[in-house]
Amino acid sequence: MSVSENGSGGAPEAPALISRPAPAATLVVSGARLLDPRTGLDATRDLVVRDGEIAELAEPGSAPEIDGAEVVDGSGLLGVPAFIDPHVHFRVPGQEHKEDLETGTRSAAAGGFCAVIAMANTSPPIDSAAVLGSVRERAEREASIPMGFVANVTRGMAGEELTEMAELREAGAMGFSDDGLPIANARVLRRALQYQRLAGGVIALHDEDPDLSGVGAMHEGEVSAVLGMAGIPAVSESTMIARDCSLALYEDARVHVQHLSARASVEEIARAKAAGVQVTCEASPHHLTLTDEAVRTLDARFKMNPPLRSEDDRQALIDGLRDGTIDCVATDHAPHSEEEKEVPFEEAAMGVTGLETAFAALHTDLVLPGVLALELLIERMTCGGEPFGIEAPRIEPGATANVALIDPGLKWNVGEEGYESRSDNSCFGGRELTGRVLMTVADGRVALRQRTFALGVAS
Amino acid sequence: MKHLLAVEDLSREEMERILDRADSFAEVGRRDIKKVPTLRGRTIVNLFYEASTRTLSSFELAAKRLSADVVSVKSAGSSVDKGESLKDTVATLSAYDPAAIVIRSPHAGAAGLVARWTDASVINAGDGKHEHPTQALLDVFTLRSRLGSLEGTGIWIVGDVLHSRVARSCSLAFQKMGARVTLCGPPTLIPREIEGLGCDVSYDLDGLGEADVVYALRMQRERMTESFVPSLREYASRYQIDSRRLGPRQLLMHPGPVNRGVELAPEVIDSPQSLITAQVESGLVVRMAILYELLTGSDRARPERGPAPADTPTIGQPA
Repeated sequence: MSVSENGSGGAPEAPALISRPAPAATLVVSGARLLDPRTGLDATRDLVVRDGEIAELAEPGSAPEIDGAEVVDGSGLLGVPAFIDPHVHFRVPGQEHKEDLETGTRSAAAGGFCAVIAMANTSPPIDSAAVLGSVRERAEREASIPMGFVANVTRGMAGEELTEMAELREAGAMGFSDDGLPIANARVLRRALQYQRLAGGVIALHDEDPDLSGVGAMHEGEVSAVLGMAGIPAVSESTMIARDCSLALYEDARVHVQHLSARASVEEIARAKAAGVQVTCEASPHHLTLTDEAVRTLDARFKMNPPLRSEDDRQALIDGLRDGTIDCVATDHAPHSEEEKEVPFEEAAMGVTGLETAFAALHTDLVLPGVLALELLIERMTCGGEPFGIEAPRIEPGATANVALIDPGLKWNVGEEGYESRSDNSCFGGRELTGRVLMTVADGRVALRQRTFALGVAS
Repeated sequence: MKHLLAVEDLSREEMERILDRADSFAEVGRRDIKKVPTLRGRTIVNLFYEASTRTLSSFELAAKRLSADVVSVKSAGSSVDKGESLKDTVATLSAYDPAAIVIRSPHAGAAGLVARWTDASVINAGDGKHEHPTQALLDVFTLRSRLGSLEGTGIWIVGDVLHSRVARSCSLAFQKMGARVTLCGPPTLIPREIEGLGCDVSYDLDGLGEADVVYALRMQRERMTESFVPSLREYASRYQIDSRRLGPRQLLMHPGPVNRGVELAPEVIDSPQSLITAQVESGLVVRMAILYELLTGSDRARPERGPAPADTPTIGQPA
């Protein structure tokens, strides 16, 4: 996967993504609708991949015969640039009972992703070059799609002292984040933003005021009032976004705000962008499709941080995604074991898995009802790497093949056949979704094909 | 009806059926021998993760009056203290094949989870700040006994609404029985958007005169240290129900235990308008009626797993 220089000043170039070795694919996908909003491609073509590279977009039926090439009947299917998720939790090191790099990347591939960036709130956290080096080595053996890691902004995620950011960057940190926790102390964040001029790498922010969130377990609103549950107010997020955007502007630094959940947050980002702040941001499929009404069930699968918010907040996120205030979709894939979810809501761990359902959920709830154009969704699901220096994949001759092959009409029950992830805390579990990724080509290799999807081999 | 988890799930008809049954148990309570054989041979488990005097003792006594075997498990000194999960505890207790599990938990939704994990009927005796349906039923019973009907009455619930499961369950129950409910307290102790319960909200007692019933909530001392109110003194000066504020035709209720001199002035507690002792009496008969409703209802007339007939030979047993 190509990596662009996207740092500010004289920062070092973005590190390469890593994955385990696999043979380069040579295959022909015949007669699929190929859609790439970036190149303007929307046509039925035969996609020819040779040695991992897109060789040709041939008129249907005119693809050359290649010895040993896998031939995929793509009729009725949709081929799009594979997705990039800048925000996953793969729990390595320390919590491999929830997920590891192999199950995590397989889960990503099952969702059509060709690259992911793992967060650093592990156990121990990724706050030193030694830990970063060890997880990168594991990725070389276990990752079935290219992946990268961010490193922590502060030592031990304690929010007090900066990590050795320059060394971490050289050791392969895609960027920096204490995600899972906010950087509550503005002085500490300011130092990190200053230090970015030396170390490079975007600083990704979990923006939340811990004092305002308190012991909140869900969105503060009518549902929390009726349930008697302590709420996390929307201003807990938006006030921190306002603070951090002001700091980024003052220090001329680059920040990426993670998992927006509230209207007030979208408005703060819009104001910041208009004022020239170098800020990008993301929203998750669950915040774009669900609201706090789901929490009325007190089912802990609907517990995450930030919480599912009101319908008004959800509409603001959709509008933000449409008009570009929100740059990209990120799943915040956060696997948890059953013991941590089969407890009363207030006791349950925060987080939901999301890689395998991201496209299907957004396609079902936003694209099919006509709320969001398919082209826009594809664009927002492929550009999430850009703040971290990873270019969005393209479907064009000469490009490395990063393609998700999707059956847009296929209805499937989430979780019915289990999950590729080691954990099953999906907030879409049991729901019927429309549209399923059948095959993912990542960095020129076939990373995953659904078991139900047979391939033919040219004789 | 298999479980009693929340007032929200109850219809007015179901509530009235339970209250009518409680009326008949009140009659039993006036006999010399107060015990009936209804639940003989059946087991009721009280699983209490929070301290309780009234609720636990009245559930124990209610079960005994119905001739059930009762075991009460409290979190202190139990395996819960040793880190056992709620799910595992319920599995352990379910091995005794109880007819009902009565659970109190500091967490919303705990009773609902237990209902998923056991074959027994589950009664919510308080889940976090969410609901306390048996309290609401006994309060409706108390008012119905006194007023005949709640239809059209005005009820003010005054105090720490934010931390009160009683406030939530009672507002729902009173409204289902036809009353109008106003929640009143300091703005820091009234949750945003609590109007979603269907009630009015007031931050002062100016309109208290319209109330037929004043229901005061317990004001816990720790709310001061969390700076929900600056001082108990200021709280009492604005929200305490005293003989000056309580009109002669208004009834007074409180779920107990009372902080004398904080939410209630001593003189109103012992006034003839006070229903506080009547509430405790109602607790017993209403809980008997709830156990009766859940454990002898038409769909659960008999235990599903009765003992095998005595004459059936069993492998391994001496003939």
